[in-house]
Amino acid sequence: MKSKLVVIGNGMAGMRCVEELLKLMPDKYDITVFGSEPYGNYNRIMLSPVLSGEKTIEQIMINDLAWYEENNITLKVGAHKEVVAVDRRNRMVATADGEKVPYDRVLLATGSLPFIIPLPGHGLEGVIAFRDINDVDIMLASAKHHTHAVVIGGGLLGLEAANGLMKQGMNVTVVHNLDVLMNRQLDEPAAKMLQASLQERGLKFKMAAASKEILGDQHGRVSGITFEDGSELPADLLVMAVGIRPNIVLAKKVGLQCDKGVLVNDTMQTFDPRIYAVGECVQHRGDIFGLVAPLFEQAKVCANHLAEYGIANYESSVVSTKLKVTGIDLFSAGDFSGGKNSEEIIFQDAERGVYKKVVLQDNKIKGAVLYGDTMDGAWYFQMMKDGTDVSQFRERLLFGQAHLGDSGTQGASAVANLPDNAEICGCNGVCKSDIVSAIAAQQLFTLDDVRDATKASASCGSCTGLVEQLIADSLGGDFNQSKQRKSICRCCEHSHDEIRSAISEQQLKSFPQVSAALKFSSEDGCHICRPAINYYLLAQWPGEYQDDTRSRFINERAHANIQKDNTYSVVPRMWGGVTTPAELRAIAAAAEKYNVPTVKVTGGQRIDLLGVKKEDLPKMWKDLNDAGMVSGHAYGKSLRTVKTCVGAEHCRFGTQDSMAMGIAIEKMTWGSWTPAKVKIAVSGCPRNCAEATIKDLGVVAVDSGWELYVGGNGGMKVVVSEFLTKVASGAEVMEYTAAFMQMYREQGHHNERSAPWIERVGLKYIKQELVENAPQRQALCERFHASQAFSQDDPWAQRASEGVEVSDFIPLKVIV
Amino acid sequence: MSNWIEVGSLNDIPRLGSRIVQTKNGDIAIFRTAKDSVFALRDQCPHKQGALSQGIVHGEQVTCPLHNWVISLQDGEAQGRDTGCTKTYEVKLQGETILLAL
Repeated sequence: MKSKLVVIGNGMAGMRCVEELLKLMPDKYDITVFGSEPYGNYNRIMLSPVLSGEKTIEQIMINDLAWYEENNITLKVGAHKEVVAVDRRNRMVATADGEKVPYDRVLLATGSLPFIIPLPGHGLEGVIAFRDINDVDIMLASAKHHTHAVVIGGGLLGLEAANGLMKQGMNVTVVHNLDVLMNRQLDEPAAKMLQASLQERGLKFKMAAASKEILGDQHGRVSGITFEDGSELPADLLVMAVGIRPNIVLAKKVGLQCDKGVLVNDTMQTFDPRIYAVGECVQHRGDIFGLVAPLFEQAKVCANHLAEYGIANYESSVVSTKLKVTGIDLFSAGDFSGGKNSEEIIFQDAERGVYKKVVLQDNKIKGAVLYGDTMDGAWYFQMMKDGTDVSQFRERLLFGQAHLGDSGTQGASAVANLPDNAEICGCNGVCKSDIVSAIAAQQLFTLDDVRDATKASASCGSCTGLVEQLIADSLGGDFNQSKQRKSICRCCEHSHDEIRSAISEQQLKSFPQVSAALKFSSEDGCHICRPAINYYLLAQWPGEYQDDTRSRFINERAHANIQKDNTYSVVPRMWGGVTTPAELRAIAAAAEKYNVPTVKVTGGQRIDLLGVKKEDLPKMWKDLNDAGMVSGHAYGKSLRTVKTCVGAEHCRFGTQDSMAMGIAIEKMTWGSWTPAKVKIAVSGCPRNCAEATIKDLGVVAVDSGWELYVGGNGGMKVVVSEFLTKVASGAEVMEYTAAFMQMYREQGHHNERSAPWIERVGLKYIKQELVENAPQRQALCERFHASQAFSQDDPWAQRASEGVEVSDFIPLKVIV
Repeated sequence: MSNWIEVGSLNDIPRLGSRIVQTKNGDIAIFRTAKDSVFALRDQCPHKQGALSQGIVHGEQVTCPLHNWVISLQDGEAQGRDTGCTKTYEVKLQGETILLAL
């Protein structure tokens, strides 16, 4: 028999948790949901656009009544269905109209109550909060028949309410008890700019005001408000938006431990182990919550425990906010007030209406306030959460990410200014308007949601930064950016680094061991985690771990690149881009023998034979092997090519023999598996004809030795490599190369090229380990060679000669 | 009536792998899961006709090698928010022998 889950509260946090639960265990519970508002589940944070007329109620519904039906959820809504008692001994909840429902687990998601200041007259008609659809209905109705509105509270919600009422044609005054608007999110200069801009739009302000009494007319409706300074304002509608407090009425009544909110532990469990709680009603590690991102994280954790997976922990969230007033760009995150040990970097241009402040501590971003130009908000926020060391580009920090040059994977640029038809995801042909409308129409909150719905950034991932920026722009502070991208895939909650350390610490030596130890939700993982973990195991246990071909992408299994028509391309290795007439003859012969339709010179200085049938691959390899050639690994997360220019042997400018150096490096590094592809180049002089400065490792000859550069890549977001060090001898070039390769092999995340890896750990750290710490460098170098001892078998020779897995290349049966 | 044809033995297909059966109406991919169940799908992703037999098999799903669509082995339906369906064929094990219905 199914267990019974009773959900008290039909709001965003509770329903998100139910959604997450349905994803994990759709059949575990009979679910009954109680809600006091007579609707399905709607997106409360979008009430402001509804008030301002930019959206309709239908547009902000997340789950309509049909959804509850489809998922076999019993929904009981309305005031009479409010849960008024929980009999914890007999495990039964009771509603106001006396209905009793038994439970095995309860999810408490009662949300919060708006705080109403107990001024004389606060009970008059027309005095409301800004909390639910009913409040919005009252406001919209008042706007039709009345003129004057007063909003008490100059915070986020108050300003959104005031803006909406003004849009509906009312004459609105915002009353705030301090001199600074949005004092929880803004510092004084930004707040003043915001106030000036809102005043220009027609809002009036009464700052540093102490309210005294709300006045009423003969019909019992609000008519005005008086202040301690003796002044008075007319008001036909008075909205109190002075904050919320957790709704713990029921929790207290039934004896759950409460402080400001219902106390929960890291698994979202209350003091009664059968009762869980999420959302604005909870208090976790002393914090209470008012923004949606942490609520969704809590929902996910709670669902994990309700499904009895028992592996997720909620640890607290970093949040950012954005004011949803069209035409005003404002972003705030973290601790922006600074402190004794922090530093502030400020940029202010009053004429343009731009203000930016970033607060740093120990070279890391602690908080940020942006006004007028919030384009880089998501970027600062990401660095803040990742704890990125910004000392490298501190002097350019305030000019934004575009000024730094795009960084490969995190690249965000002027996305807000792009036209609707601008293509964001080049792989899947998704343009800006597709993403923006999907976010609105399908109620998407996370990067994963958007990837699923639109495919944007679901392929190569290089537009991830742009997509995140679009989500952040569309949702403001509601963007749930945090956890999703940290876990390796949906099979588990663990990050790349956590999985790697588990592999080494717990001596895990196979995928089944990893998936069991880390409690994967699916035994044989998926196409994302299996290849990643196969690589980590290979890198951790060289010579010991048996490569699992079934966890490899087809290209690495077939040692050729699959093409759009399911044929393959074959690229033999050409050491340092240098070949011989005999090799060229062998390639030509193979091309003719197997009817290769296209022969092309690649960017990596070798020859690509395109359009080969899979069953011909082993025969073709044998022919090329017989002529002395090996696989070029043009398909792998591995060393691809070492590109060279002619160098001192022939070139009149050459200072060193770059071809010989390139060949030596390629002979040393070929066959190594790496987190993502690795390209190396060697130039014979600073003219750099081998384009060494956009390679993962670039070697540039100078008269007195060799300069080494790391972390470059070409592609969609070009990254110029950074100078690592200069060495005098060829032997040192080899040592640094091996050590750099090994460090990347040990620390890079699967599918993360060297540029984002270096951005993540910092060039300074790379220099410390490789340049300043010679014993460390030598140890890395030794580990690289030890691992290479097991890697430098030509896969073509193995397949072609021993007939290994020949079955992979021929049909099981031919039926004619 | 289905016409059951013997196409090979279970051990001819690696676990979490696939082999194809060539027919005059196109290739059929036979999949073997970690738990030794077998499934048969037309060897064409509904998206851009990628060869599903070349994909990574996980659970009772396969990921297309071209653009990472995930296709259910049970009913050929694209998973997640992708929409599309690949033809399925009846397949069964008789001992170790794989029988395909055509």
